[in-house]
Amino acid sequence: MTPPSAREEVLGRIRTALGPDRATPAEVARDYRLTDGRPAGDPALLELLVDRVEDYRATVLRCPPDQVDVTVLAALELALGAGWARGDVVVAPGLPAEWRPDGCDVDDDRPPVQLADRAASVTAVAVAIAETGTLVLDGSPACGRRALSLLPDCLVCVVTADQVVGSVPEGLARLDPLRPLTMVSGPSATSDIELQRVEGVHGPRTLMVVLAG
Amino acid sequence: MEVALFATCLVDTLTPSVARATASLLQRLGHDVVVPRGQACCGQMHVNTGYRREAVSIVANHVRAFSGAQAIVAPSGSCVASIHHQQAAVARRAGDEGLAQAAEELAGRTYELSQFLVDVLGVTDVGAYYPHRVTYHPTCHSLRLLGVGERPYQLLRAVRGLELVELPGADQCCGFGGTFAVKNADTSTAMLTDKMANVLSTHAEVCTAGDASCLLHIGGGLSRLRSGTRTVHLAEILASTEDAVTPHQHTDPAIPA
Amino acid sequence: MTATVPPKAPTFLGLPTAPRGVGHLRGDRSFPDAAREALRDGQLRANLGHATSTIRGKRGRVVAELPDWAQLREAGRALKAATMARLDDHLEELERQVTARGGVVHWARDAVEANEIVTRLVQATGTTEVVKVKSMATQEIGLNEALEAAGLDVYETDLAELIVQLGEDKPSHILVPAIHKNRAEIREIFLRTIPGVDPGLTDDPRHLAMAARQHLRERFLRARVAISGANFAVAETGTLTVVESEGNGRMCLTLPETLITVMGIEKIVPTWRDLEVFLQLLPRSSTGERMNPYTSTWAGVTPGDGPQEFHLVLLDNGRTAVLADEVGREALHCIRCSACLNVCPVYERAGGHAYGSVYPGPIGAVLSPMLTGVEDNASLPYASSLCGACYEVCPVAIDIPSILVHLRAEHVEAQEKPTAEALAFRGLAKVMSNPRLWHLTQRAAKLGRLISRGKPTLPNAMPPPISGWTRSRDLPTPPKETFVESWVREHGSGS
Repeated sequence: MTPPSAREEVLGRIRTALGPDRATPAEVARDYRLTDGRPAGDPALLELLVDRVEDYRATVLRCPPDQVDVTVLAALELALGAGWARGDVVVAPGLPAEWRPDGCDVDDDRPPVQLADRAASVTAVAVAIAETGTLVLDGSPACGRRALSLLPDCLVCVVTADQVVGSVPEGLARLDPLRPLTMVSGPSATSDIELQRVEGVHGPRTLMVVLAG
Repeated sequence: MEVALFATCLVDTLTPSVARATASLLQRLGHDVVVPRGQACCGQMHVNTGYRREAVSIVANHVRAFSGAQAIVAPSGSCVASIHHQQAAVARRAGDEGLAQAAEELAGRTYELSQFLVDVLGVTDVGAYYPHRVTYHPTCHSLRLLGVGERPYQLLRAVRGLELVELPGADQCCGFGGTFAVKNADTSTAMLTDKMANVLSTHAEVCTAGDASCLLHIGGGLSRLRSGTRTVHLAEILASTEDAVTPHQHTDPAIPA
Repeated sequence: MTATVPPKAPTFLGLPTAPRGVGHLRGDRSFPDAAREALRDGQLRANLGHATSTIRGKRGRVVAELPDWAQLREAGRALKAATMARLDDHLEELERQVTARGGVVHWARDAVEANEIVTRLVQATGTTEVVKVKSMATQEIGLNEALEAAGLDVYETDLAELIVQLGEDKPSHILVPAIHKNRAEIREIFLRTIPGVDPGLTDDPRHLAMAARQHLRERFLRARVAISGANFAVAETGTLTVVESEGNGRMCLTLPETLITVMGIEKIVPTWRDLEVFLQLLPRSSTGERMNPYTSTWAGVTPGDGPQEFHLVLLDNGRTAVLADEVGREALHCIRCSACLNVCPVYERAGGHAYGSVYPGPIGAVLSPMLTGVEDNASLPYASSLCGACYEVCPVAIDIPSILVHLRAEHVEAQEKPTAEALAFRGLAKVMSNPRLWHLTQRAAKLGRLISRGKPTLPNAMPPPISGWTRSRDLPTPPKETFVESWVREHGSGS
């Protein structure tokens, strides 16, 4: 007789631990706020998002929907300072053409580490959660692969008003859990030294948000 | 109303003035006080030290002693919390469902003093007079297990002559914790030191609370430091009138030999 | 080759606990002994006092912001309880989903087996170094030591873990393992251990963080294998989740070719939707932020994005023994936020090392003894004044004080021979169950009046265990008469 595999043994232990007449789990009451009450893109939600993102010491630039490209340029100008070149900026391959500043590099299937020496990247987002100031990237062509929003030291995210929802439950409901997701709430940060928050560790040290609409 | 007084084992044995004050306060408010002679202990010390089996007979004695009482009042948040949260569970685990139900039923009629005064009797001004600078330590079990909240403050604010000063870090434990104070004496002392530092920073003459056990701890430390700040149970302050402004208390600074 | 037989693990209800001789769940001293020493470390006390009060304030503010915190907390508790009741089914579903999306699932009965699996997987890639994301499970099993014993270089990449690793220290907090170190100490460690570090490094936390960034950047870019833990795993979709701040997690989860995730079996949640609760509870409870900077989720392998080889190791290591304890199993609901550490007056003073386990503080004082069997960590359930602050802040409402009390009883009841303490408590129980004996004993207590010889307090020097009290606190002299005695004298023995 072969000894039981670890799988069989662990599952068997769980069954032993729970006993033969385990209780049927009670229905979980989801009586917390499922929605914020305001529709996506509500002006008050946009205000809240700006407030919460800026609280993480990220910068938000707002613009009309038809001026995303110039606002992205302004964001890059602000973040990178004098002497930056458009070729140092990589954009997600699916970023809408009208958002894309001319002369920027478009990400392709190069080895991801080659993105490390780029100054900035520009991506779209899948959803933005106002209450927590969270942007979610979902690995779609417009958001780019995960390395794109990670390795360059400055990340510019373009958010449209219709993507802004109020609460975490509303945000997660819009996402596909089978995609690789990255939820971004401000620039990378650490509180590991005396619990004092310091922005900028391994991820992008600068986060710029362009909010269109 | 007839009120049965549960003195608690610690108050009965070490600080009887607290039970006396509780009785005289309730009598002054027009209630009949009875003291069941069969009372001893709620069983908390045994349960919290790991002797839950041994605690069953203590719980049974408590239930027996108070079985006829309409309302039971104790000058201790900790003991009342044990009556509410531990007694029935201890009996049930030992397989004594009858005792568990009797304990639950009794718990429903058992009140901590400040809860009894404010919730049951509906009074916050008990007519007390206590012309001292006082700070209040909201003991952990009163605060978190019973949720007495604002009640002791309401009662203290209504005391004539009393100057109530806020205690910094009030919600932090004093380090008593029953046998914790002995088993982890060093950590307990470290917690006590910080509690005393906060008490002393208020320049209060008196530190009060709703638990004689925590006061025994804080008072024992303040006495050892010869700080001059005394601990006085809430019941003693509320029992004080113009006739007796300084109730007895038993942690007067020791006189060095 | 000589095979070392690990010492036999104790069992709970026939279920094996975490084995001895491997991992970091057992201290070499009792809590009171370790704490006694730590309490004398003024710098430690100052560092911890400062850090925990800072984080308590932050947590309080962001929790108060949510009008539905109580409902979220109850939902979190209920979700965890429901998950545990069907843990076997959920794990099998997780395995199916991860496998369907290109991942490989491994099962590990204990630390030894998990370490073997991971070592074998790393060696199979041909690399000699791995980068790691902070993970409690891999600390628990002593994975770094196992990999190093196999000749592999292991690089911790979380800033606090890096500080601990470079300082050859031990973690002392679940979330901030280097909480016991202040900026000056960290600067000194970096100057001493990081090759080529700027000698002008200051103790500004920003500069220290930048030094860590430079030190690790190249390692991230060349790493071929990463090892992570997981905060949550969604059974219905096979989605793994890592919650972090610095971006070191993203580096490890994104850049290497191979990702190995070691996860305790209790980290599972049934559905994607359940994360809407936990992603609100966790960041606000742990770092006191509305949301942590980065949360990464992935399901198996995504072509063209991230590691193309993914292994998930499901770890028992005593968890099923915890599950078997009907009172204690609630401890498996823990989401490792560390809010209970930050509010614990005992943790704040004694520090994390005194607990001897990677899980310190109130949750550690219940989890460690249950994972190892209570006799292997018998002093931990007593390392609490039962003040209840931990229960009050726990985002999934684990009643830690009640579990502590339960484990004290488990310890007492595990003794084959009665201890002096047990005899005393049994005697006292008899007395307190019988009013006549009780009154006689109270009278005997008045003998203390003889010892105090007319003074208001008893002498400072008393025999143990009373000396534990009288070393630092006065004990009042017992009164002449008990309350009940005097009442009966004055009022008769009414009712």
